[in-house]
Formats: sequence, C-alpha cells, structure tokens
Amino acid sequence: MASMTAAEIQSIEERYPQVFRRPLYKRFSPLFLFAGILLYLVYVLWFFNLPQVLRESHWERLPLFLTQWISYDLQPEFRLDQPEITPKYPRFSALGENPNPDWVIKNPDGTYTILIDGPAKSVTFDKTQATITANGQTIPVLLTSGKPVVQGPVPDWVTAHDDEVVAKMGFVGEVRVTVDRVKVRKRFLGWANFVFDTRSPFFGKPAGEVISLIMSGPELKPGTSNLALAGDNIWNNAQWQHGDVWTKLLQTIVMAFLGTLLGGIVAFPLAFFAARNITPSGVLSQVLKRFFDFMRSVDMLIWALFFTRAFGPGPLAGSAAIFFTEVGTLGKTYSEALENIDDKPREGVLSTGANGLLVQRYGVMPEVIPVFISQTLYQWESNTRGATIIGAVGAGGIGLKLWEAMRTNSNWANVFYMVLLILLVVFIFDNISNFLRRRLSRTIHDYNRIQAQQG
Amino acid sequence: MTLSVTAPTPSGTTHEMADAWRRQTSLRRVYTVLGVGLLLAAMVASMWFADEANAGHFFDRLPHIFDFLSWLIPKDWNDVWRALFDVASPHDTGTQEFNFPLGRVYVWGDFYIPEYFELMLTTVNVALVSTVIGFVFAVPFSFIAARNLTPHPLLRLVVKRFMELLRAFPEIVIAGLFAAIVSIGPIAAMIAIGLHSIGALGKLFYEINENIDMRAEEGLRAVGANWFERVRFADLPQVLPNFMSYTLLRVEINVRASTIIGAVGGGGIGEELKLSISRGFGAKTLALVLLLFTTIFIIDQFSAWLRRKLVGEQAFLMST
Repeated sequence: MASMTAAEIQSIEERYPQVFRRPLYKRFSPLFLFAGILLYLVYVLWFFNLPQVLRESHWERLPLFLTQWISYDLQPEFRLDQPEITPKYPRFSALGENPNPDWVIKNPDGTYTILIDGPAKSVTFDKTQATITANGQTIPVLLTSGKPVVQGPVPDWVTAHDDEVVAKMGFVGEVRVTVDRVKVRKRFLGWANFVFDTRSPFFGKPAGEVISLIMSGPELKPGTSNLALAGDNIWNNAQWQHGDVWTKLLQTIVMAFLGTLLGGIVAFPLAFFAARNITPSGVLSQVLKRFFDFMRSVDMLIWALFFTRAFGPGPLAGSAAIFFTEVGTLGKTYSEALENIDDKPREGVLSTGANGLLVQRYGVMPEVIPVFISQTLYQWESNTRGATIIGAVGAGGIGLKLWEAMRTNSNWANVFYMVLLILLVVFIFDNISNFLRRRLSRTIHDYNRIQAQQG
Repeated sequence: MTLSVTAPTPSGTTHEMADAWRRQTSLRRVYTVLGVGLLLAAMVASMWFADEANAGHFFDRLPHIFDFLSWLIPKDWNDVWRALFDVASPHDTGTQEFNFPLGRVYVWGDFYIPEYFELMLTTVNVALVSTVIGFVFAVPFSFIAARNLTPHPLLRLVVKRFMELLRAFPEIVIAGLFAAIVSIGPIAAMIAIGLHSIGALGKLFYEINENIDMRAEEGLRAVGANWFERVRFADLPQVLPNFMSYTLLRVEINVRASTIIGAVGGGGIGEELKLSISRGFGAKTLALVLLLFTTIFIIDQFSAWLRRKLVGEQAFLMST
C-alpha cells in the first residue's frame, strides 16, 4: 500500500472536520461515561459497605450448600458410655424406623466398623480405642485418658481439639470422636426417598418388587388397591411433598396464563382508543396512555401485596396482580403496534363505505393480530418466570414454598427439586411460545411476500 | 401511467378459485373458532382452579373489595407527606404507625435523608449495579455467542447454554442462596439480579450481533486484525447504541425486580412496603406507593427519552 504524504493527510483532515475535529465533549464522552460509572461503583462500594460485608460473608458455605442440592447425609451416633454400644440414628432419618445399613458392621469381637467409603475410608472402634482409616493412613485414637488422644503424628485431614478429634474425609463424610461417643456423617449422592417415604409400606423395597406388588400382590392396606396406595404414598411423600409442589407449580402456571390472557382481553379494545391514528378523540388517547403508564408503574409487587390483602393469599391474588400490570404493558405495546400500521388497507376498506367497526375488523386487524399475539406470547413467557417471585410475597404458587424451603437452610435438595421443575416449565413454555411466534412471523413473512409479488 | 379496469368475466377457473378460497377460509374459520373455544375453556378452568386454591374466594370477597381499602385512607391526609419526609405527626401515640421521625438517616448535623428516600436509593442502587454487572459480562459473552463472530463454535455453545441457564434460573433461589452466604440484604439481591441480567442482556446482545453488517469486520480481517481488534473496531461501534438501549430497558426491569426481591428479604423499599401493607398502616403505605410509583415513572420516562435519542423509534419495537 502506498504511504501518504503529510499534505495528503492534512487535506483529508480538512475535508472531514466532522470526523477529525469533533468538539471536545463529544470526543471524550465515552471516557467521561466510563469514569462516571467507575465513580458510581466506588460510591456503591461505600453505600453498601461492600468490603466489610464481603469480609464477613461465609463463602465456605457455598460448596457445602451446592453439595446438599444433590446429596444427602446420614448421621448415626454411637454412645460409648452405655453398657453396650448401640447405633442411634436421628429421628426421621432417611433410613426409616428400623435402620440396619450394611455399612455399619458389628464385628464378632464387639467392636464396630463403619465403612464411610469402603474399607479405605472407615472407622473401627470400641470403648477404649478408635482407629480411623483414610487417605492410606491409619490413625489410632486412645479414649481411656479422659480425652481423645491421637497416637503418633496428626495428619492434616485430622484436627485434634481438646475434647474431640475430627477426621474430615472430603465429600463422603467425616468422623467425630469424643470420649463418650463416636459420631459419623456419611454422605450419599442423590435424593433420599424420592419416591416412597419411610412411612410407606413400599419403602425400601427394590423397584421390581414394588412393581410386582402393584400388579399382583396382596392388598397391603385392606380396601385400597396397591396401585392407589402407591399413588397416594408418592403424592403425599412427607419429605418431598410431590403433591403440594406440583399443585403449587400448576398455580404458578395458571397465574401467568390467566393474568396475561385477561390483560390481553382488556387491553385489546382499549388499545384502539389509545392509538393516535385510530382514536376518536385525542384527549381519550392521552388519558388511556397515562392509564397504561399508571398500571405499569404501580409495580406488580404493589398489586400483588394489595390483592393478597383483598383476596387472601393464593393464586387469585397473583393472577389479579399480573392482570393489572399486563393491562398496562399490553395496552402500551398494542397501541404502539396500532400506531405503526400501514394506513392503506384502512383507507381501502373505508372507501367501500364500511362503518367504523368494519374498518377496524377488515382494515386494521389482519395487520396487527399476529403482532398482538406475538407480544402477548412474549409477555406470557416472561410472566411465567415472574410469577415465581410474586408468589414469594404470598400471591400463591411455588414461590412461597421455595422461599420457605430456602429459609431453613437445610432443605437444599427440595429447593433444587423445585428449581428443576421451574426450569423445566420455563423451558417448555419458552419453546411453545417460540414455536407459535415463529409460525406467526412466518405468516407475516408470507403475507409480506405475497404483497410484494402482487406489487 | 394508465389505469385499465377490466370487468371480471366469470369462467370455470374463477369459479374454481372462488370455491377453493371459500374452502380454505371456512377451514380456517373452523380452526379459529376451535382455538378460541379451547382458550376460553382453559381460561374458565384456570379461573376455577385459581379460585379454589385461593384462601379467600372471588365472589365471597368481591362485596368487600373496597372494605380493605378503608384502612388505606388516612385519617389525616397530611400524614402522607409527613411519612414521606419523616416529619413528626400530631397523631403519634408511640405506635409504629406514626413513628415517622424514627427512621431519619442523619448525614450532617440536623440534615437528614428521610428513611423512605434512603430505602428507595438502596433499591435503585441495587438495580443500577446489577445492570452494570449484567452489561460488563454480557458484552464479551455476546460476541462469543454470536454465530458470525464467535472465536470457536464449541465455546459459543457453552456460553450460550450458560446464559440460558442464568436467564431461566429463578432469581429468588440465587437471592436465597447468597442470603445464606453474604447475609440477608441488598447484596444478595444485587448478585441475583446481576446474574439474571447477564443472561437476559447476553441473549438480546448476541441477537443484535448476529444481524450486523459484516463488511467492516471483513475489512479489518483483510488487514490482519485479530479477534479482539475486529470486535473492538468493527463490531462494537455498530452495536453499541442498541446495546445501550437494551441496557436502559434492563434498568427499568431491574428496578422492578429489585423491589420485588426486596420484599422477600432483599432489603430496600420492597421490604418496608410489604411490612406496611401487612400491618395496615395507611399513611405509610400511601407514602411508599407514591414514592415508588414516582421513581419508576421517572426512570421509565427518562430511559425512554434516552433510548429515543440513541436509536430512534425502533427502541420501542419488541425485542423478539
């Protein structure tokens, strides 16, 4: 490429002053914007007291919570100060009323062996000594001197406190040894008792046996068929509450559907009166547009709180809240779509002597209906996501259940179950709405193509 | 140009065409009626279901719908602005309903920010910061996820799925998770809304990116520019006005989201509003609603004005 002389460069500069000699504020405006945002972030750092909050936060809980989403643990306890060592399981443990897991072994010599991850990670103990095995090492802990004493060097996965020796074995669990008891926490991947809870007569039976019981077994509960009993047990599973969760999920879906549909039905006629080019009176148009703004700006939250007070908590309040917000949103988008239409079909219909209503029906509606439906579907989709949050303030649906499960900080597996269901619902509804909108846009596209062909 | 009008001469083919048209429209009419009927049936069933599941039923509560509004009407309308500006009320009897001056946030001597303005500021700050978070991450992600600009198709798939997950994941769960980590309050809300914004903005951004004019990009490629240089000098200038427009739209959405997350424990004005409504404090509720409504209205109008300046009327067309 030929290089330019200084004179040529200068002449280019003089010919395009709007590019090379822009006013100072324009040239540096991105920089100012950037500096402004940085300054704002510094201010926010101070406003939210961010450094201190982050210092005091418990990031070590994050992996713990996340593992709890997909796993559960069992915590048997062994009292050593009783005449005979017996395993004790917490009430309502995932093992049911008569726990006899194969990883708790009573040896012939009276000692107990707990396999936390096979024999490689295990603990064997009697009243005088506990032997912890993990990571290829075997650590004996003496219990006779009034406090637990680790024999030999203490590896880094064992912590020797004054009255307690803690051996952490990673994901699979941990062992805590004191003089009078041994506590084991063993973690399993998966969800415990997802199908049948511990009270169910089907609990603990392998899948094949359950199926054969349902097909041809004797009635486990006189008077009800085994199929009905199994269904009832699953639906009313005490730990997972499938029935309640699914009902609440349906409520959330219904809230979004009902709110959006009713909003569309009410906004549809109003939009014609609000559209500048169709309205019979400019004042009416302005009033309606301000009304739409009002409905939108009084947030969905405010509507939800008001209707929760008016109707009591439940999906009715949520539907009403979405309905009121949606009248505003859809009214606004509908009237904007109406203002962007091509006026020629209207004029054509009008020239045939059709009355006002017929002009709208045949001159306007064919053009806007696909756009209306597409926008309504879009809102429906976004309300399906939004209805979850609205529920948490009491407006019905799965939101409240989700929030309550989270607040206890112990039910993360249930939370994850609900999250998966919500994700599934959002995914399905996104695809339905996308599919319908694609079909619609194809209709619009075809229409435009035919129009173009005909000139 | 001459216009010639020829009278249609009825012939066999026109009759066939008319019949075909009639058949088509009658079939379509059947489908339309069927579709609308199904929709109405679903609506009625939904109404019945929602009514059954609700604590109070629609027709039982309808006559009393305005009863509940009676607590909302304050005895003294002046209490509304007193609540808004934390001025002592003559009705103060020591209850929480009229303890307006207690919430004052003193900044300098006797100068204070009224409590509700401080809370509103928290909510708006949460919305703004989460939008900044969303923007900062969504811009690079959107260039990776755009089919025409991606450095590697596999990377594109990963980033796209990741953004989809962020978008679909319920905000309330992220907020709840982080509430347990960084303590309940605005920071958890900020993280939740910020993560959601990354997904939401990223999707809109990469759809813009896929529609850009590729000639500038090809020009830079021809002179040997690498991926960053191409994105910076060829693609970003084209899409930045649209990006800004969508970001402003996101600010509007995030202010609402941060109010709602606030109501379930994220702090800010949402929490106060929820408490005030559930306890039936008329003056306080009206003051809060007034403040929230005005703020959202101002932000909406300002953002609409800015967007119109940035990209013209097309800012108001729907994104999808």
